[in-house]
Amino acid sequence: MTIGIPRAFLYYRYHVLWETFFEELGIEYIVSPETNKEIMKRGTIHAIDESCLSSKIYTGHVDYLIDKCDYIFIPRISSLGEHKEFVCSKFQAIYDVIKNIYREKDLKILYYSIDVVNKETELKAFLKMGKFLGKNKAQVLKAYYVAKQAEKTHKMIELEKQKQLLKSSKLKILIISHPYNIYDKYVGEPILNTIKELGAEPILGCVTDEKKAREIAHTVSATLPWTFNKELVGSMALYKDQIDGIVLVSSFPCGPDSLVNEMLIRRFKEKPMISLVLDGQEGTAGMETRLESFIDIIRLRKEKEEHERN
Amino acid sequence: MNEIKVNFPRFGSYNVAIEHIIKQGLDCEYIDSPPITKKTLELGTKYSPDFVCTPFKYNLGGYIESIEAGANTLIQIGGVCRLGYYGELHEQILKDLGYQVKFVNMANADFSNPLSFYEEFKKINPNLKLKKITQACLLAIKMVEVIDKVEDYIRQNVGFEVVDGTFDHLHQEFLEDLRDINDKKELKLLYKLYMKKLKRVEVNKPKNPLKVGFVGEYYTIMDQYSNHYLEKELAKKGIVIYRWMNITNSIIKPQVEEVKKSIKNYAKYNMGATSMFTIKKAIDYAKDGCAGIIHVKSFGCTPEIDAMPVLQRISEDYKIPIIYFSFDSQTSDIGINTRIEAFYDMIMMRKEQKKK
Repeated sequence: MTIGIPRAFLYYRYHVLWETFFEELGIEYIVSPETNKEIMKRGTIHAIDESCLSSKIYTGHVDYLIDKCDYIFIPRISSLGEHKEFVCSKFQAIYDVIKNIYREKDLKILYYSIDVVNKETELKAFLKMGKFLGKNKAQVLKAYYVAKQAEKTHKMIELEKQKQLLKSSKLKILIISHPYNIYDKYVGEPILNTIKELGAEPILGCVTDEKKAREIAHTVSATLPWTFNKELVGSMALYKDQIDGIVLVSSFPCGPDSLVNEMLIRRFKEKPMISLVLDGQEGTAGMETRLESFIDIIRLRKEKEEHERN
Repeated sequence: MNEIKVNFPRFGSYNVAIEHIIKQGLDCEYIDSPPITKKTLELGTKYSPDFVCTPFKYNLGGYIESIEAGANTLIQIGGVCRLGYYGELHEQILKDLGYQVKFVNMANADFSNPLSFYEEFKKINPNLKLKKITQACLLAIKMVEVIDKVEDYIRQNVGFEVVDGTFDHLHQEFLEDLRDINDKKELKLLYKLYMKKLKRVEVNKPKNPLKVGFVGEYYTIMDQYSNHYLEKELAKKGIVIYRWMNITNSIIKPQVEEVKKSIKNYAKYNMGATSMFTIKKAIDYAKDGCAGIIHVKSFGCTPEIDAMPVLQRISEDYKIPIIYFSFDSQTSDIGINTRIEAFYDMIMMRKEQKKK
């Protein structure tokens, strides 16, 4: 039995957990390739026109995996625990959306559902999935804990790497973006590359102590309901003194980002900030020009400040 | 102390009930939002983020116009979609524009704890009496139920009135009289009176009229200005309009578990916000012999976008046409009318074919 994992959306948040879990249970899996033109095209054809770019990409990855594996892995999340907090409804709906888009194909889907507010925890979800995969409880528990440990280690390493980057003497640009956008080879990576080519160091807001970030987020915005955005907002508060500028990246027309990024622009005046919207159109010239002038301005301002200090 | 002049965003016909809460429950003056016009939307769009959903823009435009009309205290509610974050951003934008108003954001309250709403109401008027506000809220809920019943009847008959505008006129008169209601007894009498009046209106309804069901996103489907009076446009062609989505059905008496069960062939999980209701009612309308279904939402409404692949399957399974309308600040009447005409022609043709 082979599991196909779409390289999109939650993959970027959970891939270490998922991959380790399947490996521990001796279950084969494949991951769809990095997003490319073909995957993007497939997603655009099959997803509803008005869906956000990220969900079109997700659909493209699912489409790629059809007939290449026995089960396609499509977990869904409704809530991750905190009272009065939820995730974008896309993650609640994704299982049924894919199921309905591809009803004709009668896809075999491996899934789990997390809804912590209603006592459906991650552990429970994995136990259920393990049972479905024909493994006994002890095996599944062990695999889950090993995977959790691997996830924790991976996060620590990522955080450590970023700590090193923060020591860099280059200009440091904090990128506030959902991981599935900025890590995506096709739509996000060009932004990272451009920043590096301009001699600055990109710092990722999604690499953060998630718990701490969620806790501090309310100091920026009291009623912010989306868990993933809360982490990004909190992360910004945590990093703000160590960076020189902020780039907000979101995919068109992301629901939560449409409000949250506007709020950040209005409440975070202490650092220069621009907002980039990914729309999946080809050509990066516009983005490059904007980043170039943005970084130029920061550089000039910084030089001026240093000059005044001396 | 200045007088407290409270505004709540315009929302369908429900502002009469809100007015009751503010006047009778909170002892404050109520400032009704000026009627929504093109200018309202322009104002809202100008100061809103680009791809936020359209109700945000209508609300913001309405707040600004209400402040200009004298309001000094604004209320926003919360919700389980982007609506849950409207209030804080509205408040911020208005503050940045230099408006000095009190903003009461019900997103701070907690639906599982009714007392937390009392705390929010207290921010509007610190001297408020628990008994008074409770009574006012209870009557307001009853008012909403009556509004919904009256409008259901109108929706199903307005297309067949013999004298154009009779129902509209009665509807306005009803809402006007509703403002003077003080207790349940009066409300009951008023309801009886108007149902009698409505039933007396001469209609020319054929035996098997065409029926069309409306489904979709909360605000846009209930606010006639936002959906460019789509219901009325269609009704005028001699069609019975069904629209389950209203406050009575979705908030006062929702049956979430039953709905979930009844749609399990199409959706295993709750897909967020109103999507479950949209799916459920689409199935019901298809089964009840509607000639077509109209899906209404504001541009980019995620839960409703996610319901669309499901609606497409329902359309295939029940062989019922579904037309999708997405409204934003750029939507033109001409585009809508053309599509409505085409949709109407199609369901008429299908009806003729079935006869043969």
